[in-house]
Amino acid sequence: MALYSQPPMSYTQEPTTAPVEHRFNPYSDNGGSILAIAGKDFSVIAGDTRQSEGYSIQTRYARKVWQLNDKAVLATNGFAADGTNFVKRVKQRLEWYEHAHHKPMGLKSIARMIQTMLYGKRFFPYYVYNILGGIEEDGTGAVYSFDPVGSYEREACRGAGAAQSLIQPFLDNQIYFKNQQPEAGSEKFVPGNLPLSTVLSLVVDSFTSATERHIEVGDGLEIYVVMQKGRSADDLLDEKKLAPGLKVEELGALGEGEGERTFLVRQSLKRD
Amino acid sequence: MWKQPAPANSSFNDYNTFPLPQTQRGQSSHAHGPVGHTQQPLVTGTSVLGLKFDKGVMIAADNLASYGSLARFRDIQRLHPLGKHTLLGVAGDMSDFQWLKKELDALLREEDALALSDSHPSLSPKNIYELLSNLFYARRSKMNPVWNAVLVGGWDKVKEESFLAYVDLLGTTYTAPTLATGFGAHLAQPLLREAFEAKAGINGDGPLLTQEEAEKVLDDSMKVLFYRDARSINKYQIATITAEGVSISDSKSSDTYWKFAEGLRGYGAQTQ
Repeated sequence: MALYSQPPMSYTQEPTTAPVEHRFNPYSDNGGSILAIAGKDFSVIAGDTRQSEGYSIQTRYARKVWQLNDKAVLATNGFAADGTNFVKRVKQRLEWYEHAHHKPMGLKSIARMIQTMLYGKRFFPYYVYNILGGIEEDGTGAVYSFDPVGSYEREACRGAGAAQSLIQPFLDNQIYFKNQQPEAGSEKFVPGNLPLSTVLSLVVDSFTSATERHIEVGDGLEIYVVMQKGRSADDLLDEKKLAPGLKVEELGALGEGEGERTFLVRQSLKRD
Repeated sequence: MWKQPAPANSSFNDYNTFPLPQTQRGQSSHAHGPVGHTQQPLVTGTSVLGLKFDKGVMIAADNLASYGSLARFRDIQRLHPLGKHTLLGVAGDMSDFQWLKKELDALLREEDALALSDSHPSLSPKNIYELLSNLFYARRSKMNPVWNAVLVGGWDKVKEESFLAYVDLLGTTYTAPTLATGFGAHLAQPLLREAFEAKAGINGDGPLLTQEEAEKVLDDSMKVLFYRDARSINKYQIATITAEGVSISDSKSSDTYWKFAEGLRGYGAQTQ
C-alpha cells in the first residue's frame, strides 16, 4: 500500500497558516416551489406561499407568483429578495414599454426581455428560477421557463424550486404522457390539450404531494389562471365543478383590457 | 486565533462575532484608503421580538450590546422610534444601527420641515419599511451590507391597522403577525405563534391578543431567551405602537429561578 500512499507534505504543499476568509455571502435559499402548465386556450401558474430559511419558517404567506399584465403572470423561486426585486424591475420595464408603444408587451417579448435582464447580471446573478405563463399573441396558452442566468425555452409545463424533483416527473407523466401508451386503436396522446379542470386537479395534487414530502413546501397555494379572450370561464366559476377548498376570484384588468381574463384560485396547504 | 468556524448554512449569525482586528500589517496604509466595508459585525445586539395585538403592535429587545462573547454595553436601547407611528427594533451590528438612526432621523427631520409649510403627509410605517428594504438590498448588492436584522412596527393611520415587518442584511423581507430575529426565531417565535393562534386561529381571523396578554407573552419569551441565549441580558424594553403613538417602556427584568441548578449533575466539577 505504501506505493499508493500520499507523497510527503514537503513535495506537494507547505502547510499554510493563512486565516480562513469569512466572506459575506449575498445569497440565501428561501425554499418553496412553483409550477406552470399551458393549455390550448389558457395558462395556469402556481406557487406555494411558504417562505423559509433552513429549518425556520419566516412567514406562511409570501407571494411568489405575480401578475405582470392582462396576459402574463410570472412565478419566481429561489432567493426571495432577488425575486421581489427582479419582479419590480420587470414591472418597471413593462410600464416604460407601455408608455413608449401604447400597448402592453406581448408574452414572447416579455420572455426575451427577461432573458436579457437575467443575462445582464450573468456575473452577479439573480438567484432566481423564473417561470412565465400567459396567453401568446395567437391566443394559445404558453409557458416559458428560465434558469438564473437567462437560458429559456417555451414548454407545455414546468415545475421549479425545492420540490422540482418531486413535481416535474409527475408532470412529465401526466402532461407529456411520458411512459404511457395509448390503448391499441385509440388516438395518439398530444400534450397541451387537457381541459382546465384536469389541469387544476394536477396542480393541486402536485402541491399537496410536494407538501407531504418536502419540508419547505406548504402553508398556502396560489394558482393564477389566464384565459384567452372570449373563452368561457364557466368551468372555473361553477362552484359545483370546482374541488372543495378552492376559492376563486377574478382579478380586474390591469390595463385597457383586451379581453384576456386572469383568475386567482387559492387553497390552503398543510402547515407542518 | 479566536476565530470559530462559521456555522454551516448561515452567512450571518448574531453570535459568531469574535472581535478579530483586521488591520493589514506590512502593507502601506493610507489615511484615505479604500472604502471600508462591514465584513463582520463587531458590537452586536441579539434577538428582537414583534407581536401584533388587538390595538396595535409590540416590539421587544434587550439592552445588551455584546463585543463577541463579552457583555460590553449593558444599557443600550435597541428600540428606535421614527416619527409618531413607527418604531424599529434592531439586531446585529450596533454601529450600523447608529448610522441607520442618524440617516433616518435626518430624513424625518427633512420631512417634518416640509410638513411645516405644506400639507405634506408624514411617512407611513410602510413608506419607512420600503425605504429600508431598498437600502438593505442595494447595500447587499454592492457587497457592503448593513449588518442588521430589523423589525419595523407601526400603526397605519390611513388603513387603521397595525404594521409589522422584517428586513435584514440580505434584503430579505417578509411580514407576519408574529416575528423574531436571530435566536428568537428559534426560541421565541414558536411561543409567540402558539399564543397568537390560540386566540386568532391559524388564519388569524379570530380576535387578537389584548394588550395585557401580548405583554405577558413577550415577557415570557424574553425570559426564555435570557435563560437560553448566552448573548442576552435580563434587562429589556417593550415598545407599544397604537393609534395613539409610540410608547417605550422603562427597562425591566424577568423574575428568574436558579435553585434547580444546585441539583444539576454532569456539567462541571462535582464531588458526588
